[in-house]
Order: sequence, then structure tokens, then C-alpha cells
Amino acid sequence: MNDWPLWEVFVRSKGGMAHRHVGSVHAPDAEIALRHARDTYTRRMEGVSLWVVPSASIVASDPGQDASMFDPAADKVYRHPTFYDIPEGITHI
Amino acid sequence: MPALPPIRPEDERCAAKDGPHGAFDPRGEPEGPALFGYLLRLGDDSLILGQRLGEWCGHAPSVEVDLSLANMALDLIGQATHFLNRAGEVEGKGRDGDRLAFHRDVLDYRNCWLVEQPNGDFAQTMARQLFFSTWQKLLCARLVSSAEPTIAGVAEKAVKEVTYHQELAAQWVIRLGDGTEESRRRIEDGLAWNWRFVPELFEMDDLASFMAERGIGVDLAAMRPDYDAQIAAVLAEATLEPPADQRPILGGRRGHHSEHLGHLLAAMQFLPRTYPDAVW
Repeated sequence: MNDWPLWEVFVRSKGGMAHRHVGSVHAPDAEIALRHARDTYTRRMEGVSLWVVPSASIVASDPGQDASMFDPAADKVYRHPTFYDIPEGITHI
Repeated sequence: MPALPPIRPEDERCAAKDGPHGAFDPRGEPEGPALFGYLLRLGDDSLILGQRLGEWCGHAPSVEVDLSLANMALDLIGQATHFLNRAGEVEGKGRDGDRLAFHRDVLDYRNCWLVEQPNGDFAQTMARQLFFSTWQKLLCARLVSSAEPTIAGVAEKAVKEVTYHQELAAQWVIRLGDGTEESRRRIEDGLAWNWRFVPELFEMDDLASFMAERGIGVDLAAMRPDYDAQIAAVLAEATLEPPADQRPILGGRRGHHSEHLGHLLAAMQFLPRTYPDAVW
């Protein structure tokens, strides 16, 4: 339906994992959006939890500001934690 | 003209054993015609409604609704597969679920009238779904303790599926009823169309009573108060009046069907009947 608002869908694939954006659905309201998300994105056992968010509520960065937003990070290699020697036997890094 | 042969004592014994010609006698062992007939009722309800919902594929109001309807259809056809495969085993004539689904004539179908009714518009489809899924949810909740292990097993899986079907149908009936003037008129028409087929769902004929006595089936009539309360709650939220009572239409359980079922079967059975060797 063209007059239904758009909702962004997030699926948690299993307990302990973060919800991941998987796509969007049209729906007249939040309750139906959740059911449309269930029927569209979890019909093959993809998830254990669902979020739907009105697409209009997402605040997005401006593609026109890509240069000032993201380019400055390109030459800051020292921000990557790769300059340490990790001793043998250390786990969970 | 030669006289008819005299009736001998062994003929009388034989006639007494068979009972009146054409009469249904459920008083045999449950592992027989009665259980076969009961499994057909369960399986045919799911099969025919699954096929009906499948007709929406590619035609629903939105792609999301298309998927909702197709998902429900596939749940129902899954249930039908289990019930009809078991029916074939019980019958013992080498027929499996596919054979029973695709090579059985309309008079041998045992589904209720409600599920064979045409889709109409989206509102009529959702009215039918609310009436059927509310009933099927109550039924499956009781069949989980059926003395027939296959029925109990299928019911345990189906009760979750059917609960979702009922919730989805209820959500749509509420939105259509409490929506625009046009959506309200359409759902009122859809409810009125399907209402006369509801009493059949609770009919306790000989076969249903026999199965309930054996602990295989359930007392359908006893589910009616719960059913009415659940339907009333949805209609109240939808700001709709319950449809006016109409003359109930019965007979699906004994093979009497509306003209719609023959057309549905013609579409559903065409391919396997025309190409019997066709495989996936």
C-alpha cells in the first residue's frame, strides 16, 4: 500500500547477539509492522527477537558531508589497537 | 418366470451384520473407518483453507500481506499433510496424503463449508480467517491430549501456528472495523457472509461423538461458549456488532458441499490428475 508508512526491521539472530538491520516493511501501524516483519524476515528461523522502528525516526548523516564526516579517519592508523604485542595464552581479545 | 431364491438363515445373519444399507456405523474399532473419517475432517479443513489462502499469492493488497497469507497457507497445508498421511495409513489401502488430496472427488471431501467459501475481498478473507482460526485454536488446544498420538503431535505443533493466525486475523478485523467507512462496510459484509457457516464447526454428529467418547476427538459443542466470548471480544474492539443469526448450513462433514469446492478442486487437482507421473 502506497499510503502505509515505512518501518525499518531489526532481527536478533540468537540470544546475546545484537539486533541487526535486515530491511524494511510497509505497515499501517506498529503492531502490524511487527507482524509484517515476522512474516517477511523470520520465516526461515532467522530470528528470536524483532524490532521495528519508523523509518522517519532514523536520523541519517548527510551524504554531501561525507568528506568532512569520514575522510579524516583515513590516516589515523594509531587509532587501531595493533601496536601491542599480546602475550601467549591471553584469551578473549 | 423363475422364482427368486429363498432367503436362507445365513443370508439373514449376513444382512444383520452389515446393518442398514448405506448407513454409517461408527461402532467399530477406532482403527478403522471412524478414525479415517475423523482424520479426513481434520486434514481437509486445513488443506482446503490452505488452498484458498494460496489463491491470494501475487494478488494481496501489499507484498507484506501477500507473505502473511502465503505463510498461513503453508502452515495449513503442512498440517493437512500430516493428517492425511495418517488417514492413508489408517485406511490401509496404500493411499498417502498426496493421493488423498489430489485423487479424491468432491463428494469424498469432509471439510466444513466455511473453509471452501470464496476469498471475496480482503475483508471477507479475514472474516473467514477469524472465524476459522479462533475455532481451530480451541480445537488444537484440546487435541494435544488426544489418545491418537499423530493427532496429538500435529496439534501440539499446530496450536502455535494457529494462535498466530487468529491474532493476525483479529488485528485486521479490528483495523477494518474501526477504520474507514469503506473498510467497515466491507468487513461487515465479510462477517455476514461467513457467519452462517459457523454453527457447523460445533456440530456433534455420530462420528464426532464417537471420537470424543474414545478420547481421540473433542466435545466441539463444549467449545462454543469460549468461542463466542473470543469472537465477541474482537468485534467489540473493532466497534462492530455481531452478525445477525442466519439459518445454519450443515453437511460438509458428510460430503455435501457448496458449488465452490468443485471449482477449487478442479484447479488444485488438475496437474496431478492430468500428469500422474509428474514429480518435483
